[in-house]
Amino acid sequence: MSVLEVKFIGDGDVVEHIVDKQEGVQSSSAAVHKLVTLKNPARRQRREDGAAAAAADDDDDAHCSYDEKNYVQALGTEEDEDGVSRVAGSSIFTFQKVKRGHSMALTASELARTPGKSVTFSKTPNIEPSTPTRKGHNPKGEGRTPKKNKKVQFVSTTPHRLRRRITTPSLRSDSDSELSPSDSGEEEDEDGIEEDQKVKKEDKENVKTLRTPSKGSSAALYKTPAKKSKSNTSEAPNQPTMVEEYFEAHGTSKVLTSDRTLERLHTPKLDRETLVRLLEGKQSCYTKDIQQLHNKHRKHFSKWMLQLQLGFSVLVYGLGSKKALLEDFRVSNLAQEIHLVVNGFFPSITLKSILNALTCEILDHQGSFRTPSDQIMFIAQTLRDSPDLHVYLLIHNIDGPMLRGEKTQSALGQLASLPNLHLVASLDHINAPLVWDQFQQSQFNWLWWECVTFQHYAEETSYENSLLVQQTGALALSSLTHVLRSLTSNARGIFKLLVKFQLENKDNPSYTGLSFQDFYQRCREAFLVNSDLTLRTQLTEFRDHKLIRTRKGADGVECLIVAVDSSTLMDFLENEEGD
Amino acid sequence: MSTSSVSKGCFVFKPTAKKKRSLTLEDYFTDGCEDAENSDVRFQLCQHLWDRIKTDTEILQDELNRNVLDSLLDLTRKCSSTRQHGDWASKMRASEIPTAALVLGVNVPDHDMTFQSLSELLQQSVTPYVASVQAKECGTLKHLMKRVLERLTGAVVVVDDEEEEEEAEQLHKSAHCSLGTLCDWYDAKTKKSSTGTPGKKRTSPAKDEQQQPPVVIIFKDLEAFNPRVLQNFILICSLYVQRLPLMFIFGIATSPSTVQHMLPHSVSSLLCIQLFQSLSCTQHLATVIDKLILTHNFPFKLSGRVMQVLISIFLYHDFSVRNFIKGIQLALLEHFHSQPLSVLCCKKKEARLNLMQLSHANVERVRKLPSFKRYVEKQEQQEQVNLLQDDGHLKEVCQKLMKDLHKYHKNYYPVLRCLHTLTSTLPRYPLGKQIRELHLICLEKNVWENEDYQSAMKLLKMLAKDELIALLQRCAENLQTVKSKKMNAAFVQLEELLAKFKQLDTAAAAVETVPTVVESITSPVKNLQKKTDLFQLQKTLLEMNESLRSKKRSPFEVLRNEALEFIDGLVRSHLSPPESQTLNEVCYFSSSATVRRHLNATPRTSIQSALSSPYYYIQNDNLKTEDGSVSNAAPDICIAYKLHLECGRLINLYDWLEAYATVVSAAEGKDQESDEFGKVDEVKHARFIRAVSELEFLGFIKSTKQKTDHVARLTWGGC
Repeated sequence: MSVLEVKFIGDGDVVEHIVDKQEGVQSSSAAVHKLVTLKNPARRQRREDGAAAAAADDDDDAHCSYDEKNYVQALGTEEDEDGVSRVAGSSIFTFQKVKRGHSMALTASELARTPGKSVTFSKTPNIEPSTPTRKGHNPKGEGRTPKKNKKVQFVSTTPHRLRRRITTPSLRSDSDSELSPSDSGEEEDEDGIEEDQKVKKEDKENVKTLRTPSKGSSAALYKTPAKKSKSNTSEAPNQPTMVEEYFEAHGTSKVLTSDRTLERLHTPKLDRETLVRLLEGKQSCYTKDIQQLHNKHRKHFSKWMLQLQLGFSVLVYGLGSKKALLEDFRVSNLAQEIHLVVNGFFPSITLKSILNALTCEILDHQGSFRTPSDQIMFIAQTLRDSPDLHVYLLIHNIDGPMLRGEKTQSALGQLASLPNLHLVASLDHINAPLVWDQFQQSQFNWLWWECVTFQHYAEETSYENSLLVQQTGALALSSLTHVLRSLTSNARGIFKLLVKFQLENKDNPSYTGLSFQDFYQRCREAFLVNSDLTLRTQLTEFRDHKLIRTRKGADGVECLIVAVDSSTLMDFLENEEGD
Repeated sequence: MSTSSVSKGCFVFKPTAKKKRSLTLEDYFTDGCEDAENSDVRFQLCQHLWDRIKTDTEILQDELNRNVLDSLLDLTRKCSSTRQHGDWASKMRASEIPTAALVLGVNVPDHDMTFQSLSELLQQSVTPYVASVQAKECGTLKHLMKRVLERLTGAVVVVDDEEEEEEAEQLHKSAHCSLGTLCDWYDAKTKKSSTGTPGKKRTSPAKDEQQQPPVVIIFKDLEAFNPRVLQNFILICSLYVQRLPLMFIFGIATSPSTVQHMLPHSVSSLLCIQLFQSLSCTQHLATVIDKLILTHNFPFKLSGRVMQVLISIFLYHDFSVRNFIKGIQLALLEHFHSQPLSVLCCKKKEARLNLMQLSHANVERVRKLPSFKRYVEKQEQQEQVNLLQDDGHLKEVCQKLMKDLHKYHKNYYPVLRCLHTLTSTLPRYPLGKQIRELHLICLEKNVWENEDYQSAMKLLKMLAKDELIALLQRCAENLQTVKSKKMNAAFVQLEELLAKFKQLDTAAAAVETVPTVVESITSPVKNLQKKTDLFQLQKTLLEMNESLRSKKRSPFEVLRNEALEFIDGLVRSHLSPPESQTLNEVCYFSSSATVRRHLNATPRTSIQSALSSPYYYIQNDNLKTEDGSVSNAAPDICIAYKLHLECGRLINLYDWLEAYATVVSAAEGKDQESDEFGKVDEVKHARFIRAVSELEFLGFIKSTKQKTDHVARLTWGGC
């Protein structure tokens, strides 16, 4: 595979090499030491033991945290008063790293064979839930140290199925010696594609024993350690620096992932209903703990009220849906007050609807406004005139996709800065705080509350078109039928004609739509229209209802297409015929 | 009524009950705080203190801005008066629009207050016609024009009669809002006011000036404006400047050159720009700290760590004094809310009263205070028993202790200022340039044990006479104003020292000690000329050095040392950290984590650590794991997250699902040998879908069309 290359190497290069290596070792150990000083003294001993082994992996992390240390110290964030240091940003904001092909499968198997080990935490976490400490962090040292003796461990602990495949090489062709863990295969990472192709061929030959979906887990499991052990032994002397790693990760735009698709599952896609049904029965085993968390947060409700009335806005963040928590807050504390609930995750929420709810329903104002800023000015003026009127605004997901816009946020900020409008909001997206600049933040006057609930984002994600969920098209179908029902029979006929034509061509990948002239011809033949003007008026109507789309074809001719997928169209035709 | 719907995103709730029982602030304060018993007192104290802080800072702000605002006002007055004179220069000037460029600095949140006071001042003293516009409401020229007209005429409409309002309404409704209409309106306005006072017409030019008040337009954030809109607006305005006495004020956050960047020469030449620089935000902060924190008048204090957090937020994040004060407000609220003994955090007299009324539970709380425990341990056996058992006795002792605390504060700040005046000019600033830095050092631990303090003292011992005297005089001024016995004594002593320094001057003139010294120095030098050996040179130099050192110090040096020892003594007796004081917990708020968590939160860190170590939040034994890894019994989303960390830029959903199924099967306790292990069944599939869509919702992944059944990873790092 790889051609042996002999090169003359000058003394200078050799010396450079040596120096390089020494530097690397020094800097990494020094950096690790720095890292250690940031951590718990309790862990120190252990870290240092592992440091030598972990140094290789920790190298870049350590560099980051070393650089960051000054800032962290200056901000005074490195320690809480309970003596526990907190998570540093260095582990969260890093560069993209090279991920060897199949480390996911490896991690999975590692996780699978460590069922809840009884290692006690050195400190019991404090009662108040708050962001945990660094000690839970940076597992790389521990997590990956077993790598070295993987060969020994691996066979004894892999799930049976995998092992069986590893230990039954009779089915495989000669290439599988490269895949077995005991072999220190020669292929580099770059050969991944080549190898994949080879494997594919092999797949065909070998009755697909290797990677059939029924057999399940990734073949990668035994390929990875080979690579790992190889790279470990060969690369250990000269560890790549952070810079090298960066360019290695960004140098190629090629993505090396396997080509398998979900088609291999026996149920490739679940639809929404099945999903809901399946998940309903399944209750998490942590229900009690989650309830406990909820109760913990509940205790702060009156404090929230106090802070709201003092002119702050309350912003809750943290993992887990906070809808239930805020709903609880609303019911228990806001029942006596005028309030407005906004679901920010709702896909068609707009600033206008929020403002309209405020002016029409809360302030009882008839009439419309020209611009949102007029409306906000009106709200501000009205609230200023009646200082006893307190309005509470509760926004679930203020970072929702429709509210993210700069204009919406600045409008909300203007509202929040009104003294008798009180804002409670929740926030989930990891980059959400970026939507506010300093000025807006000071308008909102946030007080942040960490509320980790671990509740499922059931409602928040229900609107989303998840890529794993089969779109039933039920909604599109019903809207089609509704619109069609209100049309004349001729119009219905025109539409059906288009649908039929489209269905006839559904297997034709180069089908771009029915051109207007063709369409007119067909309609005339079916006695549906008598002039092209009538057809055009009809088409305008369809277009207004978003039933059809027009596209310029290759030759500049206008082409018509029904913007609904073919299975739905089929259902639609069946329904129509049924009627 | 529920708040979830597939067709609606807004839900309005109006309580129907007529007798709306609205809870007051105080109720909420009482409702969740520690020890509800004396919460009303604490609430009153808290409110009172906050009101004071608020008014004080407002006054401070006004004072600080006074210089700039005054000169701005002068400019507006001047430009309205130059219009009246008919000479050539002013006529030339008249075609230009007078403009004030007000450089305010990057602390944008604070600008609002400045502009507010500016427009108030303008309206009070110069002209009723002030309109301020922000960039975000003026996307186009039409909008800008409309806003200006609205603000100018609308502001008048409020005070005038109904008829006017209708006119104004029409004005707004008509799309035809131009400066022409504004001119007409202005003419009508000025004429009306002049006809309102007939007879007094053209009595004096001063009167005339008042009838022609300038129309001031404030652009609050110049940088954010669309340059084209601004250019066109200025061009139009310049055409009307003869009829309408316009004037602009630009609020600039960055640097004055922005004006040149935004406006081409042809436009900027229409403006007659004068530059005003407002006070820098760090100076502002220094004054606020000086007035609010470094004073014994405010009983509420911040501990070193809280101070550090607040100052770091200021320096590293926003430069906003307003946010700094918000931080103080939060700390204040938290302190009174969570510390029942904060009833004692008030004026001396009130504190005495509140102390007498302490309940038994609170007395017990006093006994539990760490500082009080330390105090008790130092007492005699009998006294200890008394303190721990007799509430009455304890209250008496506490009274004395509170008095001591007050005294401590009274002495602490003047001495701090003294030390700062001495050290702030030293080279390389060993104890910081700003007094707040010195304050932080002092709050942390004994300042005199600090290395920097030692080096500062060394440097001070090398000061020249006139410098030292000047510094000491300023120290004396600091001490003089304080009404405290000890400080008065210190002041007297310092004055004596200063007097001695002055005596020294006269004495030195009388006694000529100089020649002897010179002689002793020069004699070895003379010897040196003969020998050129290096070794010899070194030897002689050493000798010289020794002789200089052993030589009797001059009276000035003696006195200098005396003075510095005196200062050192002051520092040692008064600048001990507050933690050493008994009952300091009453006044000092020390929970820096609370402040930081509420003001400078890191949501992403929180989410990622919840994902990577769920045990921290859910204390379930199933989740306990080895450090760093995730138990396979963790919530689905944690497992999915953990697995996705091992992927590159794209993630194959199928592989992900399989890996997930392997882990979950293990968690379910399936036999690893069986065929069922790791198989994807419907429930697992559904759970996986949920976990993935939750990760998508949180922003860790997004769908991509690059490859079938792949998602793109959006974050790097994390574990």
